[in-house]
Amino acid sequence: MQKLGDFKLPHFFNYPPYFTLQPVRDTREKQVQLWKELILDYCRTQKVFVIALEEEFPLFSNPVIEIGGLRRLNYDAGSLSHEAREAFLSALVSEGRAEWLDKGHRKCLILWHRIQDWADIIIHFVKDNGLEDGVTTIEEIRSGIESRGTELHGIDRTILMRALKLLENKGKLAIFKGTSTDDEGVKFSV
Amino acid sequence: MATTSNSIFQPASVTTSGRPVLLPNEFEHSLLSAVDLEPEPESTTTTRNPPPVATPFKSGLLTLTTHRLLWLPSSSATGAGAVSIPLSSVSHIFSPKKSLFHSPRIRFQFSASSRTVVVTVVARGKGDFDGFLSKLWESWRGRAWENDVDPGTASGSGSVSGSGDGGGGGGGGGGFYSSDGSVRMVGVAGILRKEQQMWESTDKSLQEAFQDLNALMSKAKEMVMLAEKMRQKLLSGSNSQTGAGNDEEMGSKEEMQDWMLSVGIISPVTKESAGALYHQQLSRQLADFVRIPLERAGGVINLIDIYCLFNRARGTELISPEDLLQACSLWEKFDVSLLPIIYKTVTVVDRPVMLRKFDSGVMVIQNKSHSDNEVFARIKTLVTKPDALRVGITASDAAMTLGIAPAMAKEHLLTAEGKGLLCRDVSADGFRFYVNLFPDIATDDLHAVKDHGIYSVWIRAATTT
Repeated sequence: MQKLGDFKLPHFFNYPPYFTLQPVRDTREKQVQLWKELILDYCRTQKVFVIALEEEFPLFSNPVIEIGGLRRLNYDAGSLSHEAREAFLSALVSEGRAEWLDKGHRKCLILWHRIQDWADIIIHFVKDNGLEDGVTTIEEIRSGIESRGTELHGIDRTILMRALKLLENKGKLAIFKGTSTDDEGVKFSV
Repeated sequence: MATTSNSIFQPASVTTSGRPVLLPNEFEHSLLSAVDLEPEPESTTTTRNPPPVATPFKSGLLTLTTHRLLWLPSSSATGAGAVSIPLSSVSHIFSPKKSLFHSPRIRFQFSASSRTVVVTVVARGKGDFDGFLSKLWESWRGRAWENDVDPGTASGSGSVSGSGDGGGGGGGGGGFYSSDGSVRMVGVAGILRKEQQMWESTDKSLQEAFQDLNALMSKAKEMVMLAEKMRQKLLSGSNSQTGAGNDEEMGSKEEMQDWMLSVGIISPVTKESAGALYHQQLSRQLADFVRIPLERAGGVINLIDIYCLFNRARGTELISPEDLLQACSLWEKFDVSLLPIIYKTVTVVDRPVMLRKFDSGVMVIQNKSHSDNEVFARIKTLVTKPDALRVGITASDAAMTLGIAPAMAKEHLLTAEGKGLLCRDVSADGFRFYVNLFPDIATDDLHAVKDHGIYSVWIRAATTT
């Protein structure tokens, strides 16, 4: 079984047609479905929050597929075309499991938890740490001792801000400018 | 041969696609649609026999050939009901009476089974009736049937040819070989001698042929006959010569037979002969013609290939691609193929043909019975071989296995892909097709593999490298 770091790849990752956008509708739907699952699965376990289409992304190419022989040597073989990458990510976006970060569709935010789910995780975190009426900074949520070992540790700042804004709108907290210029504080009132 | 109901007419053979089966040396002259045949009751023999029941011969297609009048029911789903009147038995053609109120008609008298019958041909269609009538006179006077010579009794030929009106065919078609009747010619020496002889006669024929166009046309017919005769001789030669000939000799014989066979369609449907019925008749002739090339090509043949073969067989009477396409698209309408062939009293239900357009726009002619499923089954076997599971197949791999042209094979592969049987991998050097594993992969657990299924077979093949 092939692995990417500690991520276990499924068998079909070595199936060449998996890396060619299929033209036949039924086949393509299934292919897109498999890609969506694989991308979410990988991002969740590897804590990848943003995929840049023009940069290397481990899932989007498979060097093993070159076993076909010389025919692939001078070609970015076993590698998804830009069109295919965009098609798979767009499928995630349309399901609410991803968001384009720019109009040019060059960067994509992967939401293996939806924003609402992230908000629930934050509330859970707040309650676990007795911060119901407390104050903390955003940086502390992302990299503080309290968040270590939770899903919030190392969370993408954009996602965290989106989740906090959602909670702010619900009156669960208030975001304010912190002491340092680039840090913001959060006052919970759960 | 005469059936009880239509005892005055002879039944006629019809091909699967509803074209009359012509006699050797017989050519079509003219066609009229929507024609009724009305036999008149016999006046002389009323005391002995009741007048023959005038079985309706309503609204059929009347074909005039050099030898016969053929009447084919237009509506029949079978070749049954087609009748013929040999022109040789026609004893009198009455002058037509023009009338403003009637459809044009021809009355003529002919003898059938020792009776004399008068038949009126009523043309209800819009065809060129006057042209047909003059052709009828021409053919009748041309007496082409008198020129027919049985190859065995060739010495009796040389009868008086019809007259100068070209349409009846020139005289003495069998003449070239009449002198050979006594000489038994077998083997290479025989062929060479025959060739030599043909050379000389051809030379003579050519000189005569260029005198005028009519003569050229009749000479062309002779050439076809000659070729046919050569073939016959070659065939009988190879039969009588048992085991003596070496392979090379047999090979050259076969080759020559092939040449002879490819001389072509003896009586091509032309705009001139068929008029308004041109495309319809062309379509039927084409249906008859494609059968052999289609069989050779394995049930599917490219339209372009047929265009070349068909025009080659037609010799000088070339058709345009447009005409071919029209002729093919008419098959659907006439359903040529449902007509069983009545040929030498044996009824054979033949294979239907149809025009098919692939998604890519490529057009082919194929047997209706040619099933995609059969092709799919073979493709499936091909892609599930261990090697193909790993690296897929290309169109040329499929072409080799299926024994068809790569372009054709690619169409089949794309169709199979459309059916979800295959999927593709596009790389720098083109397409490779793989067996479609996607339906077999579970989406809820990406690592799950069903024990029995193509996916597990593929995994085993892919991991053994």
